Amino acid sequence: MGAATRTMSRGRTIGLFVGLGLAVALVLAFFVSPLASSQPDGLEKVSIDKGFDDTAKDHALADAPLADYGVEGVDNARLSTGLAGIIGVALCFAVGAVVLLGIRTLRSRPWSPPTPAAASPSG
Amino acid sequence: MAGAVVAAGLVGVSVKKAAQDLDDREIPLAGLVAAYIFALQMLNFPVASGTSGHLLGGCLAAVLVGPWVGSLCMAVVFLVQALVFADGGLTALGLNIIVMGYVTCFVGYGVFLLLRRVLPATRAGLTTSAAVAAWFGVIASSLVFVLYYAVGGAGDASVATVATAMVGVHALVGIGEAVLTGLTVGAVLAVRPDLVFGAQDLRPVLAMREPLVTAEAA
Repeated sequence: MGAATRTMSRGRTIGLFVGLGLAVALVLAFFVSPLASSQPDGLEKVSIDKGFDDTAKDHALADAPLADYGVEGVDNARLSTGLAGIIGVALCFAVGAVVLLGIRTLRSRPWSPPTPAAASPSG
Repeated sequence: MAGAVVAAGLVGVSVKKAAQDLDDREIPLAGLVAAYIFALQMLNFPVASGTSGHLLGGCLAAVLVGPWVGSLCMAVVFLVQALVFADGGLTALGLNIIVMGYVTCFVGYGVFLLLRRVLPATRAGLTTSAAVAAWFGVIASSLVFVLYYAVGGAGDASVATVATAMVGVHALVGIGEAVLTGLTVGAVLAVRPDLVFGAQDLRPVLAMREPLVTAEAA
């Protein structure tokens, strides 16, 4: 009985765990990321030192509203980076969950066309 | 472009494998792992002489949700970075998914499984395995980049020079990766060990669940 209750309550608290995890990710993205080092990263540094950084081309979307982790129109650099971080975290969560939801949906109806009843409830 | 084709194939395999034993709980967990890795990839930490490093995260994702779902989480992160934040070229997206996603995921998870055989099946043993495996994942990733540079790189620097520099810098970056992976795996093991894919064998509560369900049904 004790074990059963524990199992059930564990099943329920997945929401709490995900909520707390997201809160950690949001705090890191909003408050910590503006403090992150802006030095070139490992690959960028090697490419500069060894002279192949000039082979990199400008990004096709370099003028996008959130390009380079800043929100267009927000002049405060810290706020701009922080907001971009929050948007990115939210987007990654949504896209990740939707991809897996899609996989589960595909699997539960494997390659069979919808039944007439399901396709047109009126008929 | 060949990178895009290979990456698409790998993602297809991941989707198929992930579908095989997908449990409903993995849907929000996969979102959470992608979101968390995105946040950590923003945190560039200084390494040495004007260089910074950031988490790649494949090993972490693989230990938390398994290598197949984990590799999908990594692909989601690179997709969002390239399409929304103009970070990582569109033509390089496939290559990024392979080099930083699949390589860190599968090399990391492989080393993790090997270490788990020798280290005790405790929280400390698991956390250490994940942290050390994460370091190897980053080194492997930098080596695969060198391989790509050797085959199709546009620069003039010799392959040996690039290899030494890449592996040298990433031996340091890997330390950051190991610390962040260890901290995260350790924290999740402390609060919800049942949600750690790489700790499935340490789940006494889940093992008791099936007989209980059967009893209820009967």
